[in-house]
Amino acid sequence: MKRIRILCPTGHLSFTPMEKESFRIGCREKPDYIVADAGSCDMGPRPLGADTHVSLEAWQRHDLEAMLLAARELGVPMIVGSASDTGTDRGVDQFVGLIRDIARQHGLAPFRLAAIYAEIPVAELKRRRAGGAVIEGLDGRAPADEALLDRTTRAVAVMNAEPIAAALQAGADVVIAGRSSDCALFAAPLLVHGFSPAIAYYTGKLMECASFCAEPYMAKESILGEVAGEEVWLTPMHPGQRCTPASIAGHSMYERSDPFHEYVAGGVVDMTGCRYEQVGPRTTRASGAVFRADPVVRVKIEGAGLVGQRRLAVVGIRDPYTIGLIDDAIAWSRGKIVERFGPEGPESYEVFFHRYGDNGVMRDLEPRRNAAARELGLVVEAIAPEAKVAEEVAALAARNLFYARLPQVKGTAGTAAMMSDEILIGEPGYVWTLNHILPVRDALELFRTRMMTIDTATAKEPA
Amino acid sequence: MSETLRDLASTIRSKNAGPDNITFDIIFRDRGNFERVRDSGALSRASVAALYDIPDARIVNFNVIDAASAIKFTIRRLKPSGSPGESDVFGSQQYAPLFDVVIP
Repeated sequence: MKRIRILCPTGHLSFTPMEKESFRIGCREKPDYIVADAGSCDMGPRPLGADTHVSLEAWQRHDLEAMLLAARELGVPMIVGSASDTGTDRGVDQFVGLIRDIARQHGLAPFRLAAIYAEIPVAELKRRRAGGAVIEGLDGRAPADEALLDRTTRAVAVMNAEPIAAALQAGADVVIAGRSSDCALFAAPLLVHGFSPAIAYYTGKLMECASFCAEPYMAKESILGEVAGEEVWLTPMHPGQRCTPASIAGHSMYERSDPFHEYVAGGVVDMTGCRYEQVGPRTTRASGAVFRADPVVRVKIEGAGLVGQRRLAVVGIRDPYTIGLIDDAIAWSRGKIVERFGPEGPESYEVFFHRYGDNGVMRDLEPRRNAAARELGLVVEAIAPEAKVAEEVAALAARNLFYARLPQVKGTAGTAAMMSDEILIGEPGYVWTLNHILPVRDALELFRTRMMTIDTATAKEPA
Repeated sequence: MSETLRDLASTIRSKNAGPDNITFDIIFRDRGNFERVRDSGALSRASVAALYDIPDARIVNFNVIDAASAIKFTIRRLKPSGSPGESDVFGSQQYAPLFDVVIP
């Protein structure tokens, strides 16, 4: 029976550097593919909206170098998805540039690279909508209308396995993909080898976060998956970890609201009947997934829109009287902002008082409010279309906590401690405008693939 | 003897499930502990809504997963992750109140 081995060194390439020792152990197991996802929507909408990355470039280079050198030495394909955190066209180009640099630096023999682009212009979404396509909302969201698209700065389509499988079939040794469904990166090579979509996507789901499917908890360590028939054998490469039925079953529900179903463009993986069996001290075998194809392929679209400029100030309060009356002190502060800028709203300004020591972490979900704190840390976050307004709102908010008029106050030289007199400059604020799905004719149509030869000896560019 | 969820579960975590939801996983290494919590009724859709003081409409789903000795539920965010005013962009620190749920 045909067996395919996939090595996954990290659950989010370069978010922090991968651990090289377990990766080296994994490479000795002679994997047929080395696969890692490099992005997520977990970091919030700003990286996509501002088209930037949150991983440090030195770490991107570190992880790509380890993967590329191992893949070329073993002579096996390497697949990276959601390049540079967001999977925009900039991210793909940046990763291709890094691959080229690393190849040059190490004098690697020529190899074929496929760059797959996933960005979708807002104008294209508008055109499709005008043409009758319904851009349906996920998670209770309304369908996208013109106004929502107008508020969207940048959008990416989330590719499924098909564009990656096509690149592998075209002979790619390295695939750098834009925004991708994590599990599709693993499913693509398995589909190319004729495995069923059920085991292909299921393997991807279990392996996508690397060592998170093993115990004890360790990040950035390698996992080896061996697929045969309708089963996958999962083994962690760190000697201190093991895959157990509990760790695999637990991971199968990770980061998804529905514990039994993983939706991809073109179908759903049903894990209701999955079985897990310990087959070695550190190896667990998983099986039993079912794939149901959708009659219509719907591609997920992620979009982020700019909402304004951000300024921040940090204020501490130690006076127990002020802490007890913190709601009144904040109300006073808000009042002074309203006097100057009128009522709060997205068109004018928004101001948030993060109350560390009270509900700074959980906000609306915090059940234990008003527990007596010894000190409170307030982070004032102001956001406005104009930076000058955001700065002024942050300054008014912070300084009026200092001047709060509370009836019995004894500390009449200042009711708050300023960490500094600065107003801190934050990155612009964005929101997730699109968490939607777009129906398409086929799973390839939104994605563009560029094949090239990386030949550093002759410095040849695209073939 | 009554114990808390912290004493009985091996994993209690929260994390984004897309930009609009935070999902909570409570996983038991010990099957007996799982069955005890499951059968106690101390953890239910209603008790979670009461614990977090939120309306039932914000609970997207609540599942008891026998095969994984786990209980899982998902809460809808009021605003998408990372919006202005965000306090936990990954949704990774929303599980702490579960620690003190008393299991009779």
